[in-house]
Amino acid sequence: MARPFAPKVATANHLLEGDVIYYSRPGWTRELSEATVARSPEEAEALLREASGFPLETVGVVLTDVTLENGVPTPAHFRETFRTRGPSNYFHGKQAGHV
Amino acid sequence: MYSYTDFDERFVRARIDEFRGQVARRLDGSLTEDEFKPLRLMNGLYLQLHAYMLRVAIPYGTLNARQMRQLAYIADRWDKGYGHFTTRQNIQFNWPKLHDVPAMLDALADVHMHAIQTSGNCIRNVTAGHFAGATPDEVEDPRITAELIRQWSTDHPEFAYLPRKFKVAVTGSDKDRAVLRFHDIGLRLRKVADEIGYEVVIGGGMGRTPMIGKTVRDFLPKKDLLAYLEAILRTYNLSGRRDNKYKARIKILVHETGLEELKARIDENFAQQKRVLPDVAPDVVARIAGDFLDPVFKTDPVQQLTFSPALQAFIDTNVTPHKRADHVSVTISTKATGATPGDVTSGQLLVLGDLAERFGYDELRISHEQNVILPHVHRNDLPAVYEKLQLAGLATANVGLISDIIACPGMDYCALATARSIPIAQQIGETFADLDAQHDIGPLKIKISGCINACGHHHVGHIGILGLDRAGVESYQLTLGGDGTEEATIGTRTGPGFAYDEVVPAVERLIKAYLALRHGPEETFLAAYRRLGIAPFRAALYEVRDAAA
Repeated sequence: MARPFAPKVATANHLLEGDVIYYSRPGWTRELSEATVARSPEEAEALLREASGFPLETVGVVLTDVTLENGVPTPAHFRETFRTRGPSNYFHGKQAGHV
Repeated sequence: MYSYTDFDERFVRARIDEFRGQVARRLDGSLTEDEFKPLRLMNGLYLQLHAYMLRVAIPYGTLNARQMRQLAYIADRWDKGYGHFTTRQNIQFNWPKLHDVPAMLDALADVHMHAIQTSGNCIRNVTAGHFAGATPDEVEDPRITAELIRQWSTDHPEFAYLPRKFKVAVTGSDKDRAVLRFHDIGLRLRKVADEIGYEVVIGGGMGRTPMIGKTVRDFLPKKDLLAYLEAILRTYNLSGRRDNKYKARIKILVHETGLEELKARIDENFAQQKRVLPDVAPDVVARIAGDFLDPVFKTDPVQQLTFSPALQAFIDTNVTPHKRADHVSVTISTKATGATPGDVTSGQLLVLGDLAERFGYDELRISHEQNVILPHVHRNDLPAVYEKLQLAGLATANVGLISDIIACPGMDYCALATARSIPIAQQIGETFADLDAQHDIGPLKIKISGCINACGHHHVGHIGILGLDRAGVESYQLTLGGDGTEEATIGTRTGPGFAYDEVVPAVERLIKAYLALRHGPEETFLAAYRRLGIAPFRAALYEVRDAAA
């Protein structure tokens, strides 16, 4: 049986900085909560196509599953949770920018 | 130590200029990412989970004070003030920006360092035993051979696109400190009837299919080394699988072809090589050997000093006999309680450089166990060295003990990882922080990998820990009885995995069982495991689950 569709966002690394970014129509954001969410397979396909059109800003654009909490995307997998905040051994990466 | 020739200098600078142009073309859109990625990887630049990562080669783990200070400068100038020493004796910077990398490479070249061939399907940094040139038990300093191989393999046109990456290790001693039998090629220097040559081992490796290397030559004369290596590499390059990256290492070729058949092919190739490739020239070897001569050792009489208990504990664990009775080798642990294994701050890098210059004849080594070594220290200087290490937070007396853990970066940094490894190492370190208790437990190697690629060497941990993603949850498999020394052994999986917060209690149960089962303190964990087998340890590990079932 096919798995039910999970909402998705498009994510990548920033070409210059290397850090994690999310597609937020019509550009990119460093906050998952601001990402554009695809709610159907058709929307996901279109989102990936659209997000892939920034080769001078992005590296490795992919779709990733999210969970919606009051309509706001949050990570559906622990790997994505780490990508939203940075490493756990030091207060580095995005978590430092959130202070 | 080896110094760049004019040729080396021109070669490295030209590579940096070339890479600077490649970065510029990526940024202006002339190169796509698909085109740029293999180029940046050839220069050691990865894109990891949160940032780029620059892996810098430390040939056979040898550094001098100036180089260590330059690493500190790079860490402060372009990174976040620290570097990470790896299990291949390299250093990684975790936070460079793409446009800064050519300048970082310039700074490395200023001290005769580079990042070439620290990635890609080529011959990687050649590693060697970390007490090379200092230990009393070696036939010859393995760095001479390692440097010869480095020169031969750097930018070797035929071996730039092998089926997979290729790792070579050299040891000068019967005591294997280089995990020799888990390399694509392992070379053990040995002396037979006054002639020095090599035992050649091929097809070892860890990863998803761990295999112990097999001896393909009991004794290879030194003059034949490069021709024989060419023969192995050429045979592998032609016959190694390229259809499946998980079956592309030479260990799979050895396994699928059989040692005898592969040996015949190598020998046939070797015979051809011998007709066209000259023997290793003695004057070339002599020139390289000249870069690895002993320093002018101090000859001050050894004073009879009284050491503090703390210094004595440090000496008991972190100090190793030297080939000279009046000197020792000092291993500096990067595994203070709660620390990230292999991480050293820029301030600590500076201290290490100063110590090398002042007390260590300008020599430093990085071990595959992610520690730093002062290979030559006069015994009279031990109190001063220890005092300075203490002030820098580098005097942890735990080398070879339960908290001297190897851990890969895992999912805190690595894009390939399936689970975290650093926090597990930190928690084990904190749980067993009491040094007296660590000494009571005795020699024990815990090695942690955050994925099946096994950068944390979990297969050869006395206790190995492998982090996996099981249905979206971090899960950890334990293995027991692994050994990366000359008694090469692959650890045995204990059974079902453990959740993230179950790992440390599981290790505690293992230790408790060992302490109850051992024949006194002289029987190490590994010895007890070998005597008893896995059953009592498995019972201890799963007693909680079995009781609950």
